[in-house]
Amino acid sequence: MNISKSKLINMYEKMVQIRLFEEEIIKLIGLGQPLGMAHLYIGEEAVAVGVCSNFLDDDYIVSTHRGHGHCIAKGVKIKYMMAELFQKKTGTNKGKGGSMHIADFTVGMLGACGIVGGGIPIATGSGLSIKLRETNQVAAAFFGDGATNQGTFHESLNMASIWKLPVLYICENNLYGMFTPASYALSVQDVSKKAEAYGIPGVTVNGMDVIDVYEVTNQAVKRARNGLGPTLIECKTYRYYEHYGSSTDSFYRTKEECEKWKQRDPIKNFRIRLINDGVLTEDKLYGIEEKVNAEIEEAVKFAEESPNPNPEDALEDLFV
Amino acid sequence: MQREITCNQAINEAIGEEMKRNSTVFLMGEDLYGNPTFGGKPLDLSLKKRVLNTPISEPSFVGAGLGAALTGMRPIVKLMFVDFSLMALDQIINQIAKITYMSGGNAKVPLVIWAPEGASGRSAAQHSQSLEGIFVGTPGLKVITPSTPYDVKGLFKTAIRDNNPVIFLTHKRLNYLKGHVPEEEYLIPFGQGTIKRKGDDVTIVSWLYTLNKSLVAAEQLKNEGISVEVIDLRTLVPLDSKLILDSVKKTGRLVVAEEEAKRGSVASEIAAFVAEEGFQYLKAPIKRVASKNVPIPFAKTMEDFVLPQVGDIVKAVKDII
Ligand SMILES: Cc1ncc(C[n+]2csc(CCOP(=O)(O)OP(=O)(O)O)c2C)c(N)n1
Ligand SMILES: [Mg+2]
Repeated sequence: MNISKSKLINMYEKMVQIRLFEEEIIKLIGLGQPLGMAHLYIGEEAVAVGVCSNFLDDDYIVSTHRGHGHCIAKGVKIKYMMAELFQKKTGTNKGKGGSMHIADFTVGMLGACGIVGGGIPIATGSGLSIKLRETNQVAAAFFGDGATNQGTFHESLNMASIWKLPVLYICENNLYGMFTPASYALSVQDVSKKAEAYGIPGVTVNGMDVIDVYEVTNQAVKRARNGLGPTLIECKTYRYYEHYGSSTDSFYRTKEECEKWKQRDPIKNFRIRLINDGVLTEDKLYGIEEKVNAEIEEAVKFAEESPNPNPEDALEDLFV
Repeated sequence: MQREITCNQAINEAIGEEMKRNSTVFLMGEDLYGNPTFGGKPLDLSLKKRVLNTPISEPSFVGAGLGAALTGMRPIVKLMFVDFSLMALDQIINQIAKITYMSGGNAKVPLVIWAPEGASGRSAAQHSQSLEGIFVGTPGLKVITPSTPYDVKGLFKTAIRDNNPVIFLTHKRLNYLKGHVPEEEYLIPFGQGTIKRKGDDVTIVSWLYTLNKSLVAAEQLKNEGISVEVIDLRTLVPLDSKLILDSVKKTGRLVVAEEEAKRGSVASEIAAFVAEEGFQYLKAPIKRVASKNVPIPFAKTMEDFVLPQVGDIVKAVKDII
């Protein structure tokens, strides 16, 4: 597939944004900054970026407890996300949501979600809305391997199938739901198999390769925009850190396994590819990384300097 | 020296002991193997078959608990947090709570659903809830709310031996609280509150984590010459209504303190009950201290404001003295 140079550069920049945003979080946790429960996405960047690079601003996504990557890939501003994690009034959610609930409706990011499987019906409903309003938008639900054992997943796929909804179901199969291996908790090895039961296409893709993810999603988006209905896309990927927080000690997985996946690092390998394919020089890539670094630094400064919410602000926003 | 263990260890001991005592007792829930210990000791391997890790499928593994209970097993279903029980409310409210009654008393449901609840600091709206009102308001469920390791262990063992569905609520902030738990076996019957502190001027009724705040408040008030009686209800269904009424009869004043959102809370139910049955004893209006009527916000400034604090309890007492 021919992906334009500017798109490739944009994809690289987004992936670096996600990585550096979260590396900053790790640094801040180390410094004792209380950021709440941050479920880190590092290692899985190719999924969010490969998928969302197919979307326009008015397309929708619904995310999970591990949502930073989806937010950034869909265009949520980093400085407002950082301010949210800093519990500030200027945050995306005015300090009311925190990491697990970041939302920005102006860019079609309908919300992260603290309930496993809770977001899938919401994405399905945004697809229903698209269909009823007869627009050309699409919607995507992100969710983990663990979430595919939730009834909401099955019910949503069935509804999206019978109504031919323009929804992409993106499973981030990182091999574990918390401490429980997918190989134990799932009745099939490949989540994509579950599509069969609902009469929709199911594809497994290398979730460490942003181009692979992009291309498969591209086909699914075309299908959806043409009224042909939903697709289930399983991206095999890996989270480098613990279920949440900045630790890398896992009693349920081996160091070797982590190292093996890190060899396939989505950003490192995409970088090499961009150089080899002559898309960008080492210098230009470095320039992007520096630019993102500065952006993150600025975001932290913005968050630090922003005001705390007043206690009484808690009573606002229950209804609008 | 008295042996001290945490609330978590107390539950683990209770489960381990009951599993050994009765081969139909088993435990299931998500990610149990994160902590496969009973009483701080490694899991006795002979029990391993009866500790089941579940997929993330709350409606079905909670419902499976009912199916197993109806057919000769005594399941303990662990929900990671009470917030996730909301996914399984059909099973809990339509099925589990009602089947004994609907069957004319022919169904026996020896099922414990154990769920930690409450705000533990910046976990935001979907990981901080206190939901006892939903269960207390559903006829057919026993609802247990202990605050000390001693009570946790004795009540958990009673829950496992009960032939009815029991919602066993613990508070996340109490998981690592230490307290005396004897080596010898004991059980604590349901429906018996305890007086944690004797006093004459006002009664505070509380449970779970807010009980601790109530005790701190009582100590502060003592220094100001106000004598507070603090009751730990320990179980909400059945409710030790006599203990509450007797105390109010003595003090003439009542504050109910707990962590749910105030509207529709169990505090409201207890206040209504005392207004109905003990109005003649009251020298002042009843006060409820609970969370404000909003979801739990993320930022600490707002979270602290929404949750009931020691200062709120102190103020409520002073308002009616
Ligand atoms: C309904 C519900 N049950 C349990 C949890 C606790 N929990 C949070 S994340 C998680 C694991 C999710 O695994 P997966 O869907 O594979 O996503 P991953 O964390 O691997 O990205 C669990 C059990 C929850 N948040 N919601
Ligand atoms: Mg997973």
